Amino acid sequence: MTAPLLTIEDLKVTFSTRNGPVEAIKGVSLSLSAGERLGIVGESGSGKSVTAFSVMQLLDRAGKITGGRITFRGQDITNASRGMLQPLRGAAMSMIFQNPRAALNPIRTVGLQIADVLRAHESLSAKEARARALKLLEAVMIRDPEARLDAYPHELSGGMCQRVMIAMAIACEPTLLIADEPTTGLDVTTQKTVMDLLAEITARRGMAMILITHDLGLAAQYCQRVAVMEKGLVVEEAVPATLFGAPTHPYTRRLVAASPTRHSTVESLVVDREAAPPAPARIAPRPGSEPLLAVRNCVKVFDNGFRGVDDVSFSLAPGESLGLVGESGSGKSTLSRIVCRLIDASEGTITFDGEDIGGIPSRDFYRSRFRRDIQIVFQDHGDSLNPRFSAFDAIADPLRLLGGVQDGRELRRQVEDCARRVGLPEEFLDRFPHQLSGGQKARVGIARAIAAKPRLLVLDEPTAALDVSVQAVILHLLDRLRRETGLAYLFVSHDLNVVRMMCERTIVLQKGRIVEEGPSGPLFTAPSSDYARELIAAIPHFDPEAALARQKALATAV
Amino acid sequence: MGLAVSIARRAGKRVVSSLPALFGVVIFTFLLMRVLPGDPAIFFASGPNAGQAEIEQIRQQMGLDKPVPQQLLLYLRDIGTGNLGRSMTTGQPVVTDLVSRLPASLELTFVALMLALILALPLGILAALRPNSLIDNIVRMICTLGVCVPTFVSGLLFIFAFYYILGIAPDPTGRIDIFAGQPPTITGFLLIDAAVAGDWDAWRSAARQLILPACTMALFVLAPLARMTRASMLAVLTSDFVRTGEALGLSRRRVVLVYALRNALLPVLTIMGIVFSTMLGANVLVEKVFSWPGVASYALDALLSSDYAPVQGFVLLMATIFVMVNLTVDVLYGLADPRISIE
Repeated sequence: MTAPLLTIEDLKVTFSTRNGPVEAIKGVSLSLSAGERLGIVGESGSGKSVTAFSVMQLLDRAGKITGGRITFRGQDITNASRGMLQPLRGAAMSMIFQNPRAALNPIRTVGLQIADVLRAHESLSAKEARARALKLLEAVMIRDPEARLDAYPHELSGGMCQRVMIAMAIACEPTLLIADEPTTGLDVTTQKTVMDLLAEITARRGMAMILITHDLGLAAQYCQRVAVMEKGLVVEEAVPATLFGAPTHPYTRRLVAASPTRHSTVESLVVDREAAPPAPARIAPRPGSEPLLAVRNCVKVFDNGFRGVDDVSFSLAPGESLGLVGESGSGKSTLSRIVCRLIDASEGTITFDGEDIGGIPSRDFYRSRFRRDIQIVFQDHGDSLNPRFSAFDAIADPLRLLGGVQDGRELRRQVEDCARRVGLPEEFLDRFPHQLSGGQKARVGIARAIAAKPRLLVLDEPTAALDVSVQAVILHLLDRLRRETGLAYLFVSHDLNVVRMMCERTIVLQKGRIVEEGPSGPLFTAPSSDYARELIAAIPHFDPEAALARQKALATAV
Repeated sequence: MGLAVSIARRAGKRVVSSLPALFGVVIFTFLLMRVLPGDPAIFFASGPNAGQAEIEQIRQQMGLDKPVPQQLLLYLRDIGTGNLGRSMTTGQPVVTDLVSRLPASLELTFVALMLALILALPLGILAALRPNSLIDNIVRMICTLGVCVPTFVSGLLFIFAFYYILGIAPDPTGRIDIFAGQPPTITGFLLIDAAVAGDWDAWRSAARQLILPACTMALFVLAPLARMTRASMLAVLTSDFVRTGEALGLSRRRVVLVYALRNALLPVLTIMGIVFSTMLGANVLVEKVFSWPGVASYALDALLSSDYAPVQGFVLLMATIFVMVNLTVDVLYGLADPRISIE
């Protein structure tokens, strides 16, 4: 066995903050051999990105390595000077980032940006660099690479930007590639193509890769070894099959349980559930009853002529939960906003409880008596709360405006009641959004939506911004709320596993049209349309058997 | 080319949309001049003991005996034909006066802006690279001094130091040494005209006269430019694509100058437009202190003597220049930021 490519020994990183120094990494040790693919998984704040940034010396001003050693190719680079690092960065070790569009210079063509990297490490003329950049774009399989050389990042899709980023990272054939959440924010199908490309390129060029992700499935599928990090420490490290098949550390166990898979149910997600009374059974929608919501031939044409929603019809029974899935640009968010009456449809009718609400202009809908019946929970719980409103004010607002509650004591009672139902402790009511965690903000957002006692709740990617363990708790909460109150849900999500668990029926949207519709169970096990099949196949999964099989296949391939 | 067409279309739209504002400025200044106290006819009468008949006659000559709406219509008709009226003080048509004096103001403003930028950009960048360091604090102090010392004070201090004590600056009167030959007028910008004529003595003389007022003005606008550069650099330096540049081993120079600075300059460009317009209108104090024959001091003199036409002409000129500066900034912005021309 040769010496490892990269070793991290007892790394400690401290950030100086307003409240004194905070130790983000408390002694992490990892090693990576040439050509190996290591996954680092963990939730936000676990220190997985900080570890990677320490290797590349990209920590921002506040962060400092306070202990330990990082060795790369036998060279100590723990506190290397700029002069020593610059030749290494990009040439020997590279990094690709989350949010590829922001990671590229917005006012420089991608061809020039790739050339910049090449020319930083090799002496090339501008023309040679351009030719090499073209080759690289071909290598990352961008369509029409010649034309893309002169494109600016904003002219490319997120997936294409990430390919450009990969092209830049591999331009000088580094031996180590660190991918920091490379596919977060991309669609599942794009995620699959990007990850396949990364796996293929690293395997062909013999590059080692560190994949940092919060998605256990992704790590299991693409890495030979996975390290789990929690609160600045590596708590467990093993091959994926062992790690996910028989996790030993309690945190890993909780993480594995919380990650939705094709078999999980809402109940199985949470291991140490709060001792809640057994939830009442779901109120089964009475067959043949009048639908609560009916959308007929809904069309939304934007000003630029783009048909965001194209002739969509569906209905929703009282107490039913309907999933809306599709990739970005499929029109699912537009549709949910139309149903919420936040924007107007161009054509079609929307009936709620037998009455036409599509005819009420969205700007006047706040006066309609149906406003309190249809409420929404937004994706970004931080941004959708007024930063100057305490949790109490946020929940009290709809009660005052829609519920007509004016009496202070009564208001207090009802807000506390809402908070209790979403599991938000009373002492948090006086806090402002920045003093709340992601999960608590989600609870406030849900409490605000249910405060006016709606009959239909539109959930627009309610858990997309949350860590899996928090997501599990929130999904659990949403499921319980529905059982208790008989709310109907329109559940918009790109996470197919979540939709399968939460919804009885699912609609698959593509380019504004419904491509498939049906009960969730059969739709996910035996999709009939090609598109749905493709979507489902693209979900990374970490069933132990599948991971084992993949590993064997990889071993024989290499 | 697509880019040129898109820029031309944007520029055209901007010009059209600024016409109502210009029209509003014309009417507003007209009315303002009419409500200001003071009767120009009395002011321009031959002397304190001019008879009522003489005043009436002047009034009739100036058209002041007509009702105000009719005066306004006449005024608008004149503007339409390019006639801004005649100055009572100089006896010249206002257009002629403005054309002869505008280059002086523009030359001063351009040179001052250039000086300010040459100083402000490096200072802003240095301050951003080392926030809260000694250099950052020094830059902060220079900027504070620059904004809080009024231009007439700094101008007089400069004259005191460099002309009176050190004797290295020429006497602060006018654009060029009266004994140096005036170069033939081509653009009205003495530095350009002298260079074109190859008259380097005149060029040096003009430059020597220009340097003190330009420095005075530059010091005044140093603060907004340097502070904006610093703030915008600070924001860009923490952005993802700068981190990408670092991660892929680009040299520090390249990261700072190509990746960070070019992006950071976009907001500075907007500020530059505003600063330029402010300078052009506000350099009346500098023009007065240095006896600079510019448009601002011309307008001030006219205002003090209730001479309507030059003031109205000056305001219209400033409004037009403001529109044009904004237009230029807009076009430059479109060229510098590829995301804009998309729309």
